[in-house]
Amino acid sequence: MASTEALLPVTSRQDPLSESRSDQIPETRRKRPIKVHLAVCSGLLLIALYVTLIVTHDGSTAQNGAKDETSTESRARLAGVSEKSNDRVWRLSGDGKTEAFPWNNTMLSWQRTAFHFQPEKNWMNDPNGPLFYKGWYHFFYQYNPNAAVWGDIVWGHAVSKDLIHWLYLPLAMVPDKWYDANGVWTGSATFLDDGSIVMLYTGSTDKFVQVQNLAYPEDPSDPLLLKWTKFSGNPVLVPPPGIGAKDFRDPTTAWKTSSGKWRITIGSKVNRTGISLLYDTTDFKTYEKHETLLHQVPNTGMWECVDFYPVSKTKVNGLDTSVKGPDVKHIVKASMDDTRIDHYAIGTYYDSNGTWVPDNPSIDVGISTGLRYDYGKFYASKTFYDQNKKRRILWGWIGESDSEAADVQKGWSSVQGIPRTVVLDTKTGKNLVQWPVEEIESLRLSNKKFHMKVGPGTVVPIDVGSAAQLDIEAEFKIKKEDLEIIFGEDSVEADEEFSCQNGGGSTVRGALGPFGFSVLADQSLSEHTPVYFYVTKGKDSKLKTFFCTDTSRSTMANDVVKPVYGSFVPVLKGEKLTMRILVDHSIVEGFAQGGRTCITSRVYPTKAIYGATKLFLFNNAIDATITASFKVWQMNSAFIHPYSADDL
Amino acid sequence: MKMIVMVMMMMMMSEGSMIDQTCKQTPDFNLCVSLLNSDPRGSSADISGLALILIDKIKVLATKTLNEINGLYKKRPELKQALDQCSRRYKTILNADVPEAIEAISKGVPKFGEDGVIDAGVEASVCEEGFQGKSPLTSLTKSMQNISSVTRAVVRMLL
Repeated sequence: MASTEALLPVTSRQDPLSESRSDQIPETRRKRPIKVHLAVCSGLLLIALYVTLIVTHDGSTAQNGAKDETSTESRARLAGVSEKSNDRVWRLSGDGKTEAFPWNNTMLSWQRTAFHFQPEKNWMNDPNGPLFYKGWYHFFYQYNPNAAVWGDIVWGHAVSKDLIHWLYLPLAMVPDKWYDANGVWTGSATFLDDGSIVMLYTGSTDKFVQVQNLAYPEDPSDPLLLKWTKFSGNPVLVPPPGIGAKDFRDPTTAWKTSSGKWRITIGSKVNRTGISLLYDTTDFKTYEKHETLLHQVPNTGMWECVDFYPVSKTKVNGLDTSVKGPDVKHIVKASMDDTRIDHYAIGTYYDSNGTWVPDNPSIDVGISTGLRYDYGKFYASKTFYDQNKKRRILWGWIGESDSEAADVQKGWSSVQGIPRTVVLDTKTGKNLVQWPVEEIESLRLSNKKFHMKVGPGTVVPIDVGSAAQLDIEAEFKIKKEDLEIIFGEDSVEADEEFSCQNGGGSTVRGALGPFGFSVLADQSLSEHTPVYFYVTKGKDSKLKTFFCTDTSRSTMANDVVKPVYGSFVPVLKGEKLTMRILVDHSIVEGFAQGGRTCITSRVYPTKAIYGATKLFLFNNAIDATITASFKVWQMNSAFIHPYSADDL
Repeated sequence: MKMIVMVMMMMMMSEGSMIDQTCKQTPDFNLCVSLLNSDPRGSSADISGLALILIDKIKVLATKTLNEINGLYKKRPELKQALDQCSRRYKTILNADVPEAIEAISKGVPKFGEDGVIDAGVEASVCEEGFQGKSPLTSLTKSMQNISSVTRAVVRMLL
């Protein structure tokens, strides 16, 4: 079925990750700039060919994978133009020579994850109202009970003692009122002073207007919070004057102001300016709208799923949403409707007038070069304060990157990322740091430890047995002499143009990279997903490190989006290069430098499945010898199942 | 009488310009204009309305293509495998992509509409490639790809 192609043998010392079928020429970067540009161009064209084969199936993902510029262009409303060029390239590659990929049920059923939250079937999107109450973590989510695509949205519900072992509960809320007849959409929970819970959520009314509604547990003594009551006076907020009826959604958790009122923010837009509206309330039933906004950024489009919370400048624990003071910075985060990217910025909150000012306006919320929680597939994220363990925890919706036909055939679509703790990076002060919750370590089974030196141009099979459910923690060191090569040689230009997306993927070799792991690989590496570091000479001759995931060769299938994801990662003096990778069938989550840069990818191999899934370590650098120290754990399933009395 | 004709002409011109303005921002102006003008709702629709008209065209084309596929089983039995794949893909367009896009545009969450519309183009392409250069459906596939990219451009204006 899949076409067989001549492949370079695995032990080849020449560019081990390249394949004869592809047009890629292993390009070196330690050459004159013209050749570098050629490499970049051929890499770009290749990425474009792969990615645009399906006309950017998932708009922003592919845009990010292809070129960063595309997303800026879209925001500048040149979408028509960029789409046109994509179409031309797409038709070229749709020349009938590539074989279409018929997914069979064996391949599709392998894709289901073992320890990520996903419902038993059908479509899921945004996380809703996460909270901890009476010994249980609660998770609600946007769910379609009828199909594996978005629609007919209700609130699904699940509980867990440890954020990992989830138990499915009955639906929490369905569209049974006029004010949410067309959808029970995203919302957030707030704990009142007496410990009771209020939930604010967006309803799409019978006339398709987006309004905010109040709900609360029907029985607060029920630790499972099975039933929810909708406030009889709903909706509590309707779109204000000047705001579109369909541009008003996703209310946040409320925080206490110094005057003792509760305050929430709701994302919206005015023309192309993304904004965050501000409301005060004492009872969650009536609200005063502020004249001023919490914040706004031009040319960013609609702000969905706004999140606003404090982080400590000095401590590693999370903070309750109401905390303020000199030891604290505030994060404003929004999901950009236009590009499907979650952006955040760090700044200062002024409670007296309800404004927030970013520390660095050039990377304000929604700016394409600004900060993201995750440089891969990650959207509609939401944090909550876990008062149980004093952490701030981040949930993120991870959609599919395959075709809807495949989703319909396999019967489901979307997973949630592993919940992450979020804190300010006290060492850089300029970014957040995220890490999978420690409870995930309870899934670790047997492990194997490795320590090896890997010369340039080497691929090493790592024998860990089954390789579809793994937790990998690794540390890399580049030999000192090799570092000096790149510093010393004047002919090595500062590589200011490098980015994961236009760097050509993992087969483009530089002096000091790429090196890392190929996960979800088959024996011959005809399918594999490299997760790697790429070290370049940056401005002022300092080293600049990038962390990338290359999905362009992750599968033979051609109806799947296969971008190269990633970003720069700060590496401070004296730090070794560290990465952690969670592999769980069709999802790969990579964390560099303790979570300074994170990348989530969706991967759909056709051959590297079941017993054929392998793990490799590779060093595709030209000059550098790498020492890798790492541990690989087999991961157990979380056995997510419907709640029953036995689970108490 | 002349006044009425003039007013009517002015009305037609100004209503045409909404379609004109919208279609200028798509990859295929002529296709866009002809699709929208062929629907009576086109002259008075806002951008959401125009998007819904185009999604309807996708639905109609998918139905037509499915009928063509069904007819081909008898005429070209040697193509059964590829036809099966195409049947699955076009059923996805009809049963998943189109309803998703209609619901999303109507309710003001256009990004899911964009997903559905893009996917329609993907499914058509995958179907076509199954014939490895000898497709009996090429002109229908190309239509779907074109309408999908025009519709997507219109949906993006809502984001």
